[in-house]
Amino acid sequence: MIATAPKTNYVSTTNACKLCTPLGATLAFKGVAGGVPFLHGSQGCATYMRRYIISHFREPMDIASSALGEKNAIYGGGPNLKKGLINVMRKYAPEVIGVATTCLTETIGDDVHMILHEFRQEFGDLPLPAVVQVSTPSFSGTHMDGFHGAVLSLAEQLCVDQVEPTGRVNVMSGFVSAEDLRHMREIGRAFDLELTLLPDYSDTLDGPTYDEYQPIAAGGTTLEEIRSMSGARASLEFGTSLVGRKTAGASLEKRFGVVNHQLPMPIGLRATDALMETLSELTGQPIPEAIAAERGRLLDALVDGHKYIAGQRAVVYGDEDMVLGMTSLLAEIGIRPVLVATGAGGGGFAEAVHETCAGLLPEMPEVMEKVDFHDIAARAGELKPDLLVGNSKGYRYARDWNADLLRVGFPIHDRFGGQRLLHLGYRGALGLFDSLVNLAIERKQNTSDIGYGYI
Amino acid sequence: MKNELLEERKGQIHTVGESPFDMACNRESLAGAVSQRACVFCGSRVVLYPIADALHLVHGPIGCAVYTWDIRGALSSGPELHRLSFSTDLQERDVIFGGETKLEAALVELIERHQPKAAFVYSTCIVGLIGDDLEAVCRKVEERFGIPVMPVQSEGFKGSKREGYLAACKAMNRLVGTADTTGISPLSVNIFGDFNLAGEIWIIRKYLERMGVEVVANVTGDGRVADVQRAHGAALNLVQCSGATLDLAKMMEEEHGVPHVRVSYLGIEDMADSLYKVAEFFKDIDPDIERRTSELVREELEALMPKLAGLRKDLEGKRAAIYVGGAFKAFSLIKAFRHLGMKVVLVGSQTGTREDYRELATITDPGTVIIDDANPLELSKYIKEKDVDVFVGGVKERPIAFKLGVGFCDHNHERKIALEGFIGMYNFALEIHASAMSPVWNFMPRRRGRAEGTVDSGARGPEGKGCPPCAATAGGAS
Ligand code: SF4
Ligand code: SF4
Repeated sequence: MIATAPKTNYVSTTNACKLCTPLGATLAFKGVAGGVPFLHGSQGCATYMRRYIISHFREPMDIASSALGEKNAIYGGGPNLKKGLINVMRKYAPEVIGVATTCLTETIGDDVHMILHEFRQEFGDLPLPAVVQVSTPSFSGTHMDGFHGAVLSLAEQLCVDQVEPTGRVNVMSGFVSAEDLRHMREIGRAFDLELTLLPDYSDTLDGPTYDEYQPIAAGGTTLEEIRSMSGARASLEFGTSLVGRKTAGASLEKRFGVVNHQLPMPIGLRATDALMETLSELTGQPIPEAIAAERGRLLDALVDGHKYIAGQRAVVYGDEDMVLGMTSLLAEIGIRPVLVATGAGGGGFAEAVHETCAGLLPEMPEVMEKVDFHDIAARAGELKPDLLVGNSKGYRYARDWNADLLRVGFPIHDRFGGQRLLHLGYRGALGLFDSLVNLAIERKQNTSDIGYGYI
Repeated sequence: MKNELLEERKGQIHTVGESPFDMACNRESLAGAVSQRACVFCGSRVVLYPIADALHLVHGPIGCAVYTWDIRGALSSGPELHRLSFSTDLQERDVIFGGETKLEAALVELIERHQPKAAFVYSTCIVGLIGDDLEAVCRKVEERFGIPVMPVQSEGFKGSKREGYLAACKAMNRLVGTADTTGISPLSVNIFGDFNLAGEIWIIRKYLERMGVEVVANVTGDGRVADVQRAHGAALNLVQCSGATLDLAKMMEEEHGVPHVRVSYLGIEDMADSLYKVAEFFKDIDPDIERRTSELVREELEALMPKLAGLRKDLEGKRAAIYVGGAFKAFSLIKAFRHLGMKVVLVGSQTGTREDYRELATITDPGTVIIDDANPLELSKYIKEKDVDVFVGGVKERPIAFKLGVGFCDHNHERKIALEGFIGMYNFALEIHASAMSPVWNFMPRRRGRAEGTVDSGARGPEGKGCPPCAATAGGAS
């Protein structure tokens, strides 16, 4: 029997634990070299999302918009979309424009596919960038659906021909940090593998300062790389939430026979083990020494630090796969996730949580799907957690309950450096573990009458 | 790629002294131009958000609500209902069959849960399309609970922030005049258009208190429903900011005969002028108020000026750029920079009017670039051409400045430091100093290039020579 918390069905949403669909799509498009995200809708949506993303990454995030006004909302947004594309071409000279729809254009029923077809015919004499489209009505789905949808669109619309085997491995890592993406590349190198990361915003959303303003930041997955994903020796796709869904990896497998390995997001020991084993099988190589050493250090740290955090009770919330990963890590190190919650809900989440915690916990955590912070707080308040694990949005709740908050995932906008937070791999687990232990120690020091300098 | 201006945008950029003033503005944003602007809904949300004991329910899909969750720094001295993000989170089914039932149920649920003093219901793009009758739903709920429930017609696509201000003022005007005004002092004002960011309203209220003036309602910062309901009992409305609440002031003038004056609490002159305006207004009823006011100003300035002088020594001659939401704020900032010995070389806004820009053209030096509804490429182009040291703007402008290795001062609704009042001028100077004087700029590629002579130092030529040779190309995407 799976112990899922009863979900009181509120009509209204208070402090949502999710973001809207096109936001995820713009992030994915930002990870393409020479790419400009474009929202087909009214100006406000694009501006809000820019602001939101900037507060986490602290990088320019230009999102173009077809800036629909009242007339367009009535007569259709086609002309504005075309005009907008032309203007983006003139100003940014992009190689790829990623067009995502918004609630508005989905509701008025703009046929973006048709409009783009017309656009290509009308302006066929110009050197047109590749235009990729994804349908992202926010009234069905969350930002994660938008993210995965855009990744699928990139793979389906740009990778259309079978190419010669490249020996590369496609990695669809899901919505992780810029540092996570860099670390994935490093892991690939340790196995002598060239990876095609889709998307790769490690540079475009965490780059250097410039002499000249870069309309499009350097970095990202190149068109060439995307086009040759069909020749890869395999694909890796992170995220238990993707199982059974139509994804980029599934599409490449179906169309080009590139074997797709779906793995849980490699956060924590066991999930990272699974990744390393897969890579090892794929390459026929043993796990590289450097990585084995990292695993060794992680285990050593877990032993050194286990007592400080033993028995703490945690509430974990956020995007499904990030939550699953963090829950997994907590269960492994002896912190008890007592409530695990996400604003998304595709089914199967509770089972995945329980599977992840199997054999590690005396009691399974309660699981909530499709909830907002009001729902989470209603239950978590009773469970009296010591610790919250999730994005910045839990800050006020943590404060109210006098609990610690470990910030992970997105958005982190009340701390510095969220884009450089490493979650993945043994090294990510080690960093997160250090932070958790230090949070516990700091609390002890701060609440102790005498204070102590040695631990 | 050359960072050329889009042809359609040229009318919205003016260089002072280069040609007779002519400026296009108040236009719809250009498709594909990556405007820094938001939407009607945003404008309404901005104005009404600070009413802290009202329920603010966003009727629409989740994004509109979630992106406006507690992003503003409007502080409350009491209830904090405004800091929660409420939404009907419309789903596909609601979009097809209409969202009225859900809206009503959501309102009932939230009112029962939070017992607010009033409720505002914001309409978003989608709601405008599916045609939900907000008015009817609000009326029904209002009758059931006996609290005011006001629809805010703020469908995003119907214009820019400006139209949102009007929608908000209309909604708020329904509240004004619905409560008893007995006991209000003849020396009384309402504070409009100040958002109590970092507690700024509390600074202003203290000044007014010292002058013997009662504040009836501070509508847009630390606001309360009951105060707004009796706001018509005040003798005068103080309206800050270029547009947000001017409409409400006009409505109150027409309907209740309450006059208004426009004020600004930013910078030394504007702060002092504003207080003098109030004193002037009340001097017939209280002849001593002018004396009290000048005493206040003198005391404040005596404390402030020596501190400013210390900072000015370092800042003298540095160049500033300003990009703000409303143009009114820009006027005050230009003067504030003069006190620091700095020169404003670029100034723009999202929603300025023709008159605003004409005024800017009059008070700035030749060569200053004035810009309406700018985008990142234009801003970066001029930051570089004008060789700016410090940029004043909001969150979306910050990375533009930082990427180019230019100092930055957050002067938007997220700020955590009070920049208003005399103390605010000092805080502002400290902020500017902290950023402009940081040693980090020495390591930035652009500055290094300038030191080595490989980068054109642009406008840093002889004073008053107008626009420099526009050698800058902010391209690079190839
Ligand atoms: S309208 Fe839709 S796409 Fe736009 S911000 Fe709202 S939820 Fe997001
Ligand atoms: S433009 Fe419309 S949909 Fe987008 S944020 Fe504004 S109100 Fe919401």
